[in-house]
Amino acid sequence: MIHSLFLINCSGDIFLEKHWKSVVSQSVCDYFFEAQEKAIDVENVPPVISTPHHYLISIYRDKIFFVSVIQTEVPPLFVIEFLHRVADTFQDYFGECSETAIKDNVVIVYELLEEMLDNGFPLATESNILKELIKPPTILRSVVNSITGSSNVGDTLPTGQLSNIPWRRAGVKYTNNEAYFDVIEEIDAIIDKSGSTVFAEIQGVIDSCIKLSGMPDLSLSFMNPRLLDDVSFHPCIRFKRWESERVLSFIPPDGNFRLISYRVSSQNLVAIPVYVKHMISFKENTSSGRFDVTIGPKQNMGKTVEGVVMTVHMPKAVLNMNLTATQGSYTFDPVTKVLTWDVGKITPQKLPNLKGMVNLQSGAPKPEENPSLNIQFKIQQLAISGLKVNRLDMYGEKYKPFKGVKYITKAGKFQVRT
Amino acid sequence: MAASPAYGEEKGGSSSLGEPEYGHDPASGGIFSSDYKRHDDLKEMLDSNKDSLKLEAMKRIVAMIARGKNASDLFPAVVKNVACKNIEVKKLVYVYLVRYAEEQQDLALLSISTFQRGLKDPNQLIRASALRVLSSIRVPIIVPIMMLAIKEAASDMSPYVRKTAAHAIPKLYSLDSDQKDQLIEVIEKLLADKTTLVAGSVVMAFEEVCPERIDLIHKNYRKLCNLLIDVEEWGQVVIINMLTRYARTQFLSPNQNESLLEENTEKAFYGSEEEDGKDAKAEAAMLAKCKPYVMDPDHRLLLRNTKPLLQSRNAAVVMAVAQLYFHLAPKAEVGVIAKALVRLLRSHSEVQYVVLQNVATMSIKRRGMFEPYLKSFYIRSTDPTQIKILKLEVLTNLANETNISTILREFQTYIRSMDKDFVAATIQAIGRCATNIGKVRDTCLNGLVQLLSNRDELVVAESVVVIKKLLQMQPAQHSEIIKHMAKLTDNIQVPMARASILWLIGEYCEHVPKIAPDVLRKMAKSFTNEEDIVKLQVINLAAKLYLTNSKQSKLLTQYVLNLAKYDQNYDIRDRARFIRQLIVPTEKSGALNKYAKKLFLAQKPAPILESSFKDRDHFQLGSLSHLLNAKAVGYQELPDWPDEAPDPSVRNVEVPEWTKCTSREKRKEKVEKPFYSDSEGESGPTESADSTPWEGRGVLPAKTLPQPPELASPHSPSEEEEEEEREKKAKKKAPQGRKGRAETSSEEASTSESSSSGSDSGSEAEAKQRKVMRAGMGGCTGIPVPPIELPISTPCSPPAARPAPRRFPCLIWMTVSGCLKYANCCGGALSSPCCLLVQLLSPAFSAVKTYELLHRMAGEGLAVEYCFSRRPFPGDPHMVAVQIQISNNTDTEVKNLRVNEPKPLSGMRIQEFPEIEHLAPGDTASVVMGIDFCDSTQAANFQLCTHTRQFYVSIQPPVGELMAPVFMSENEFKKEQGKLMGMSEITEKLMLSEKCQSDHTIVQQLTSAANVGRVPCGASNEYRFAAKTVTSGSLVLITLERREGSTAQLTINSEKMVIGTMLVKDIIQALAQ
Repeated sequence: MIHSLFLINCSGDIFLEKHWKSVVSQSVCDYFFEAQEKAIDVENVPPVISTPHHYLISIYRDKIFFVSVIQTEVPPLFVIEFLHRVADTFQDYFGECSETAIKDNVVIVYELLEEMLDNGFPLATESNILKELIKPPTILRSVVNSITGSSNVGDTLPTGQLSNIPWRRAGVKYTNNEAYFDVIEEIDAIIDKSGSTVFAEIQGVIDSCIKLSGMPDLSLSFMNPRLLDDVSFHPCIRFKRWESERVLSFIPPDGNFRLISYRVSSQNLVAIPVYVKHMISFKENTSSGRFDVTIGPKQNMGKTVEGVVMTVHMPKAVLNMNLTATQGSYTFDPVTKVLTWDVGKITPQKLPNLKGMVNLQSGAPKPEENPSLNIQFKIQQLAISGLKVNRLDMYGEKYKPFKGVKYITKAGKFQVRT
Repeated sequence: MAASPAYGEEKGGSSSLGEPEYGHDPASGGIFSSDYKRHDDLKEMLDSNKDSLKLEAMKRIVAMIARGKNASDLFPAVVKNVACKNIEVKKLVYVYLVRYAEEQQDLALLSISTFQRGLKDPNQLIRASALRVLSSIRVPIIVPIMMLAIKEAASDMSPYVRKTAAHAIPKLYSLDSDQKDQLIEVIEKLLADKTTLVAGSVVMAFEEVCPERIDLIHKNYRKLCNLLIDVEEWGQVVIINMLTRYARTQFLSPNQNESLLEENTEKAFYGSEEEDGKDAKAEAAMLAKCKPYVMDPDHRLLLRNTKPLLQSRNAAVVMAVAQLYFHLAPKAEVGVIAKALVRLLRSHSEVQYVVLQNVATMSIKRRGMFEPYLKSFYIRSTDPTQIKILKLEVLTNLANETNISTILREFQTYIRSMDKDFVAATIQAIGRCATNIGKVRDTCLNGLVQLLSNRDELVVAESVVVIKKLLQMQPAQHSEIIKHMAKLTDNIQVPMARASILWLIGEYCEHVPKIAPDVLRKMAKSFTNEEDIVKLQVINLAAKLYLTNSKQSKLLTQYVLNLAKYDQNYDIRDRARFIRQLIVPTEKSGALNKYAKKLFLAQKPAPILESSFKDRDHFQLGSLSHLLNAKAVGYQELPDWPDEAPDPSVRNVEVPEWTKCTSREKRKEKVEKPFYSDSEGESGPTESADSTPWEGRGVLPAKTLPQPPELASPHSPSEEEEEEEREKKAKKKAPQGRKGRAETSSEEASTSESSSSGSDSGSEAEAKQRKVMRAGMGGCTGIPVPPIELPISTPCSPPAARPAPRRFPCLIWMTVSGCLKYANCCGGALSSPCCLLVQLLSPAFSAVKTYELLHRMAGEGLAVEYCFSRRPFPGDPHMVAVQIQISNNTDTEVKNLRVNEPKPLSGMRIQEFPEIEHLAPGDTASVVMGIDFCDSTQAANFQLCTHTRQFYVSIQPPVGELMAPVFMSENEFKKEQGKLMGMSEITEKLMLSEKCQSDHTIVQQLTSAANVGRVPCGASNEYRFAAKTVTSGSLVLITLERREGSTAQLTINSEKMVIGTMLVKDIIQALAQ
């Protein structure tokens, strides 16, 4: 399936290569560079490129291109999903998936890649299993290793691989047994010029951090499970229990993982927690324009809206912006033409406003379209859909775990057209 | 080599602080000396005694490989360390070896022996890793070694090793495709594997090596369907894709009777899972009346078992299920996939890209499916252009009369986007909407005309092109637009747009008689500066005007044609010459001249604006070929539905009658039973009549099982219940894996689930045996048996204590057949458990033969007889239980009767019976002792002591008593038999004696000769039996095939050849008597 993998940074250096079958020359990446050039934007590099002898399937993550070489028919999503899993694993191991992190830990990276694929077919992709095979680097461990000469490679062999529960390792032990669930909901919305909602929906995930000893069997129930319209599960969840009782029943993996992601049924009207008043105009002859944006709270269920950031991709003709913000700070990058306004918390008494002049390239025609505003925000202790966890029960183990649920609402792809 | 002696010192040495320091010295020195001898420092480190140095060196080498630098000259130094004890060094050496072995084949051979040793390691993970590396070394010389290793690993005990074997198959195949036939054999064997771990990998191997051998799948189809949900996600993708292809060859199209189906699709197919059995049946019947198509239950099984996977977190799995539904499901059911696909649109942009491509194809065929999700395809300004364009494609496909106004409003915002490629695509999309939906054509056209005054030239040009296409549909009403466009020729520079305008004016010059010649005049002026396509259109326009309005344009035309005559481009010169001949009448020009007008101004059909995704669905969706719209290497064509359904019976496996559930009703009933079925314990006599007790039981952790219950022992009902209680408790305690998921539909599910959870095949079989037995018992006690036979059918004491054991089998037989008849009258569903009961019970009852241990004379009045009770010896499953019956024929009391000084041969163990303190004259005592014969027929010698005397006695077991019956399915039997070929197979011909003519007597004779269990068999003239030797647990498989007349052929497969040969002798004797 996957023949080889090349990791390429933004400046076009191939800084890592790995082959699972016979060696494919680096020159195959030339086709990729060609496509990259044609695409102008990194986002527009086609994920699948056909070359005379190979197919290149690539993903772009954290300023790195993961380019895999394929020789025969294979579902492209299979490869893409796998490459993302690789990037996730790096993230998991090194805290970030950056070029430096990979270069610093090249041996571990190589060992990981070796375990994850056999002859190009995925072998062990569960983080719990991989961590048993290859221990992630920590400062403490690297010190210990250099003194004792022991290694990062686990000498005991992973139990999960062989058990019925491949996502969990055996013999987990904690002194404090804890289970935390973060219910994170994101509002995707398109708001049109007049402020009415074109499209809005709520997407949510439940991320868990479970540190429980032994083989706990958990079941998590909701007050209002009918809200969840479309759900995708971590493999540990028993599908039939959900189908019949709407209860999430599972033996969790150890550590952090995403339990479910869901979409709230579209029948429910989505509350939009902020509104934006905007006045953006460009004048034809003076090669300048006005920019005036106010953000205010709306339907926020009595909670404060915080972490508000607005980003705007200004038209190419914009040279510079002279603005004053009543709250927070703004930056304008004249190269990428991106305006970022970090607002912070919204206090209803005094609404944040950003106002000022826009300098346009003289002589250039005035921009046709006003830029759309991308808003980010966060509301703590609120799940905007109203989803509530009812209870968490544990079976199979004797101790009493500490349980916690946290709710956060965030803006997902929240866009205001102007 | 250097590594092994070094290891001893390593632990002591490396812990001192000075050592790692030393490690850096040669390295840093190496940098300076590297000019003439590269990597000398590394070589030195690799040759050193310290593992830490080796590790450091290997890390640096791997870093070199990672960067793509050549490290091949280090090969000899590295390969020496292949046997290094340090696991991390070893791993890195493997990495190196796999990378460079191909280049240095001779040296690589040095490492092979290490792996061969690893293949024999008792640790399964070491075996697996050895096989993995061995098969990854691409050295053609070792092909035979690899082949051997794969074959061996394919029948390994550990599923993990078998999985590795499956992975190794494509590796070997790519190295040497001549091995195909042998590899297919291995694949066939592994396909029959029941563990989820192996399933994905072996199907992958199947797809790479022999995708055309669809026949190999038949027998495993249902198993694969049922295992699917528990296979790891990558395996799921491969299996689903393969099953899609399989289903296309084996089932009929569910949409073949679309028109007929139309009325009752909703009812008939929608959510047929939920509806209970009766409804389904009733509806099936209804459907059958009005149309001939009925979905094959296997087809339904596939659809049902893949559906939950739409909820997978893995996009590839979701896509695989989506394409399966798209290609295989009845029209009404395809809709379920839309929601899941829309969900994927929130994922990474690469995932979006692929999913949108597929959605675009699907939305052409099944528009309704995605309509409710229209808004999810709305475009954000932050989307990458390639995503925007794909979303636009989908929106266009979804447009219909009802939603067109919203879509057009949305398009209007898109047109103002800064991304000009996207704007151009939007205009095209508007054009397509306008052609497809007549109602909005005028609105679109007006909108597009407005765009003609757009400041961006690209937008205008694109609009012109689209308008041109639209106008072709109704030119007469739009002379205004044509006029408007004619004016544009002054400003617009994009060649395609100019060409389009010119063509339009030429084509409809009758509608704009005044403007057309003027345009030509202008174009003639600028002719030499135009692009080629524009020039061609100018000539074209000139020609058309000449034909319609020669008065005004004759000279202009001449002028243009003259210019074109000397053009640089030969196409244009050609065209000019051709047109001149055609339109300008001369003496030479022939008949064509007359028809020139007809030629040029013929009615031209309007272009159809089509999606580029039309007809892409002849590629399997989700495939690389579909994405590229071209056949990729190794693409397996998705076959068309067959006209006639191939024989569905090929998928029937292990025809054991008791698992074959023909009635749909019954099947449904089981599905609905809660998994943690509590009914077992309190199952009353009536309830246990159906097979729930063993049906509901899923994962039964083998470790918690007590030793296997004796097959034939007739428990008293209370005992039975007690045992169940105990087991239930054990089950509750045991960790429950994915039980919830195991509640899959049909009965195979639970069987296979339970087998996959077993820790090894041995206890697995035991578990099963137990279950089946319980089914049998349940069936027996549950049926209201006619009163006369009832007391006999529930015997309470062990058989040996019965005075006339010989008579038993017949009685039981009668009883059971009585039950059988009764059951058949009642409804027929119960017949199977009863058959089973017979098969499993009869051997033990019929077999009790007594042997003499001590004759009355020799024992001075003490007579001792023994028999093999065929019950497992309590406390030690490796012992054969020997029932000893001692009768005191003297007239004095015998005291302290005991076993003394057992002198077992090596390995043999004897568990003595408890001392009998008194045995009154004329009394008889019965005791049990256990002997582990070590699978040999050597006699066990010991002394039998009384308070006065000692007798030397010996027990020699007939070979048939050294084994215990095993329950297995026909398939398992075949699989196991496949493993025991060659030396392990003994075949003998025999003549059946006169009395051994009926099925019943043959089975009875055979089971009395050996303690074996019957295995179901499809063929009527064949009998199969299976057993395991008591000590070592090796399988003994017996096949008896009846030939013409009274001849027969006996085949015994067993690892233990001695046992095999002796058994053949015994059985022949028993049957030929």
